Amino acid sequence: MKKVYVNEDWCLACHLCEYYCAAANSGAPNMIKAFAGGKKPIPRIKVEEGSGISFAVQCRHCDEPLCVKGCITGALSVKDGVISCDESRCVGCYTCVMSCPYGCIVISEDSKVIQKCDLCVKNNNGDPACVKGCPNKAIVLEER
Amino acid sequence: MALNYYQPLFEVIRDKERCIKCQACARQCANLVHSYDEELDVMVSDPTECVDCQRCVSICPTRALKITDNPNTFRRNSNWSMQIMTEVYKQADSGGVLLSAMGNPKEYPVYWDKILLNASQVTNPPIDPLREPMETKVFLGKKPRNVKFNKDGTVNTDISPTLELSTPIMFSAMSYGSISKNAHESLARAATELGIYYNTGEGGLHRDFYKYGPNTIVQVASGRFGVFKDYLETGAAVEIKMGQGAKPGIGGHLPGAKILEDISKTRMIPMGADAISPAPHHDIYSIEDLRQLVYSLKEATCYKKPIIVKIAAVHNVAAIASGIARSGADIIAIDGYRGGTGAAPTRIRDNVGIPIELALASVDQRLRDEGIRNEVSVVVAGSVRSSADVVKAIALGADAVYIGTAALLALGCHLCRSCQTGKCNWGIATQRPDLVKRLNPEIGYKRLVNLVHAWDHEIKEMMGGMGINSIEALRGNRLMLRGIGLTEKELEVLGIQHAGQ
Amino acid sequence: MTKYVIIGNSAAAIGAVQGIREYDKEGGITIITDEPHHTYSRPLISYWLEGKVADDKMYYRGEDFYKENNVDVLFSRRAEKIEKNSVVLDGGDRIAFDKLLVATGSKPFIPPMKGLDKVKNSFTFMTWDSAKAIKKKVKKNTKVLIIGAGLIGLKAAEALHHLNADITVVDLADRILPSILDVRAGEIMQKHIESKGTKIILNTSVEEFSPNSAKLTNGDTVDFDILITAVGVRPNTELISEAGGKVERGIITDDTQLTTLKNIYAAGDCTVSHDCSTDTDRILALLPNAFMQGEVAGKNMAGAEAHYQNAIPMNAIGFYGLHIITAGSYDGEEYVEEDAENERYKKLVFKDGLLKGYILMGDVKRAGIYTSMIKERIPLDNVDTDIMKDSPQMLMFGRARRLEKLGGIAVKE
Repeated sequence: MKKVYVNEDWCLACHLCEYYCAAANSGAPNMIKAFAGGKKPIPRIKVEEGSGISFAVQCRHCDEPLCVKGCITGALSVKDGVISCDESRCVGCYTCVMSCPYGCIVISEDSKVIQKCDLCVKNNNGDPACVKGCPNKAIVLEER
Repeated sequence: MALNYYQPLFEVIRDKERCIKCQACARQCANLVHSYDEELDVMVSDPTECVDCQRCVSICPTRALKITDNPNTFRRNSNWSMQIMTEVYKQADSGGVLLSAMGNPKEYPVYWDKILLNASQVTNPPIDPLREPMETKVFLGKKPRNVKFNKDGTVNTDISPTLELSTPIMFSAMSYGSISKNAHESLARAATELGIYYNTGEGGLHRDFYKYGPNTIVQVASGRFGVFKDYLETGAAVEIKMGQGAKPGIGGHLPGAKILEDISKTRMIPMGADAISPAPHHDIYSIEDLRQLVYSLKEATCYKKPIIVKIAAVHNVAAIASGIARSGADIIAIDGYRGGTGAAPTRIRDNVGIPIELALASVDQRLRDEGIRNEVSVVVAGSVRSSADVVKAIALGADAVYIGTAALLALGCHLCRSCQTGKCNWGIATQRPDLVKRLNPEIGYKRLVNLVHAWDHEIKEMMGGMGINSIEALRGNRLMLRGIGLTEKELEVLGIQHAGQ
Repeated sequence: MTKYVIIGNSAAAIGAVQGIREYDKEGGITIITDEPHHTYSRPLISYWLEGKVADDKMYYRGEDFYKENNVDVLFSRRAEKIEKNSVVLDGGDRIAFDKLLVATGSKPFIPPMKGLDKVKNSFTFMTWDSAKAIKKKVKKNTKVLIIGAGLIGLKAAEALHHLNADITVVDLADRILPSILDVRAGEIMQKHIESKGTKIILNTSVEEFSPNSAKLTNGDTVDFDILITAVGVRPNTELISEAGGKVERGIITDDTQLTTLKNIYAAGDCTVSHDCSTDTDRILALLPNAFMQGEVAGKNMAGAEAHYQNAIPMNAIGFYGLHIITAGSYDGEEYVEEDAENERYKKLVFKDGLLKGYILMGDVKRAGIYTSMIKERIPLDNVDTDIMKDSPQMLMFGRARRLEKLGGIAVKE
């Protein structure tokens, strides 16, 4: 299956992936509206940077997903290799935050539920927004 | 400074309704024009250092930015323009020579735009390139004057070494140092995929790129940087650089600050040492001297590689070209006054040299007149901007063209003409690692391939229209050209008739 | 066709069903549960009591789960004993098995307390039914006494707090949540809980109960309408011990979850796990642990080979809106950052060149990166410890691990 991979050699630390992700998953029709009025929707991808290195981190959609196995409610599940969260079943216990070896489970703005990358399968975005929004192909969707 | 004699050239316009304060502009501007004030939660800008490279505009996810000319004006004066006044102020500040980059931006005539192409109607039908074969392949080098036979009666195919190009376009010489390693890799990979050539410039060849040797032209310039056995043997051809269109009569100077480890190794000079290319080759003061170097290089490469001599287009270019053709060189490259550069004194760039169109026409005519046109191929450079310029160049007598600026545009360059600062926001004319990585060769090479493919399609379309199915039949075919808005003298130099004739 | 029998219907049992079905789509699976409910999530009972989770969200798997996985479930039946490849149920029915999983979990431990038998409204807090029983009795200002300031007791307290009950928690220990927090983190959490109006009395136990009050060892008397005892749990190991299997603090298994009895596996809170952070054997009563043990057991029961390794104690839990994530052991050299005013606390514990444990309170973002360091025993020499101390991030690892984990580029070891 195609997965998102990042290449730190090409990451510019522009953080645009975070903004494209947040907007795509905000439910708003475009980026301006997603951030209108000082709103700060939370991205499911995070750019880490330091000492000249930068790279984006988002869900690896592991074959043996510790987040799914540990989920106390069954909110996290795997379908066709994509791990997604049914936010209506999440109680915000953060067991998945504790389990994810990449730190890719994000806590919602109101701290009530978790959010995570689902490769944009739920938001009708087509290819993941981070991949489409990366100006330098540092994030790619590939079969490997 | 308490008194600012001159003003920023540009103004940053930010549409606050569209800006989402993502700070991408701030993170991307090497000139630190944009910044985010966390306390006030606003994006702010200071246009003082803005060079209008359009990086921020291009990367802004909500198209909230525009860079425009600074609307502030000095009192209008047709003689003392704001630009000229500003330059005076700058020199009064610094006492230094003004430096600029890329090609001459002045409003001199562009002859390409005053030449029109022919098309066939009725008597000589056009050819549809989608239905019929169309040849744009060219060979550069000496061509035999006539067919020779061996003793057994077979044709003698033993000819001088040539370069084979799938289409009559090559990438101009741009040194590693003046442009980044990623830019070089993009050019090298594109040339390889396209079946054309790129040119190392005078900066030597990085070890990582030896694998692209079959599509590489290696340059030998007055500084002789990076020239050694492996280098010469790796290239498909060797180019002796006598001059450059952007700065005829001037050498080069890459400041020591840019001579980092990789560049120092590639150029074979100490780290941090200025790389100074002298104005002349100190061993060349005549055509005879040039001939010595041509043959030294042929000897060094076992007569297997064509030798190119590159000169700037200057007043007596035809006579010089004639001399080069007689020096044993296989290819003459002529660089017009609009050719680009990573850094040149502004006054030289803007005032020295002649248009490539005129230089080409007179060189081709002179070589024909002297009966030595077959001794050399002619490659022209210096602002070939489109496939139409290529077709016009071929019809004026060129065998092929070099494109430099157009190639850089494909890589993202927006002609801000600030290469000399080393802070290229597009990762092209810089060695700063954080900026260099902005040019991913994976993207860059594909854009170059796209560009040349597109031009090749268009060249075939125009040739077909003229009823020509081989680029060989277009070369020097000035009957296919007509001038418009040109004087008798200009038409005479170009060797073409006026439209309507 | 293999006949699989599973005793228990919670995380370990469900894990086993999924593990079995990964390799065996045909064999019959029978689940025996002494509860009447479709599989539900035990940790959710406090959320349910609070009213945050509705009935239909209590279920651990969708309503078609048994059907989709071709599982027969015997609800409200007790497994009495294991005899010769059969499970004997209450009433004497025998269910034959080829492979058996014992996932019986644990039960509340109720210490002997004087006068406890006189208390009418006395509850424990382990099952949905126990939560339902409590809910019936609780109204606004109902006085609740909770014995035990551990995870279960305080989770019950939080839920009842949302129902506006008047709560007092009593514990013999000198601090709250001693199983997961250190002294300082316990103090911050205690202050937080007390600030919400819940009373906590430590170093104290009940001397004697009357029907609606408790006389404490400190001399005070606490009146209550209902009593919840949450001092601890005991694993349900009797089925195995009576069948002759090895039991210590819990059921002993190997890393395939096989007990010392042939064809009988065990998983979940009733078993002893190997804690790799301390290299000791202990009960790790955690839902993720139970599920993964069950899954490993299921795979092995179906004939595949799987091993359960790298288990550590870890907890992600919040009380009254203050979140904590903890993992591993706290024995070693400490690095502590504290901002008590903002209820933030961070402790990292190092030993033998490894990260051994951590406590994050308040800001728990990306804690799993620390967890992975403990579980995978990544040497501190291989990470940038300054970055690691600052916050959990992938940047602390070397380029090779990042390339492998994020770039999908396999790097030779």
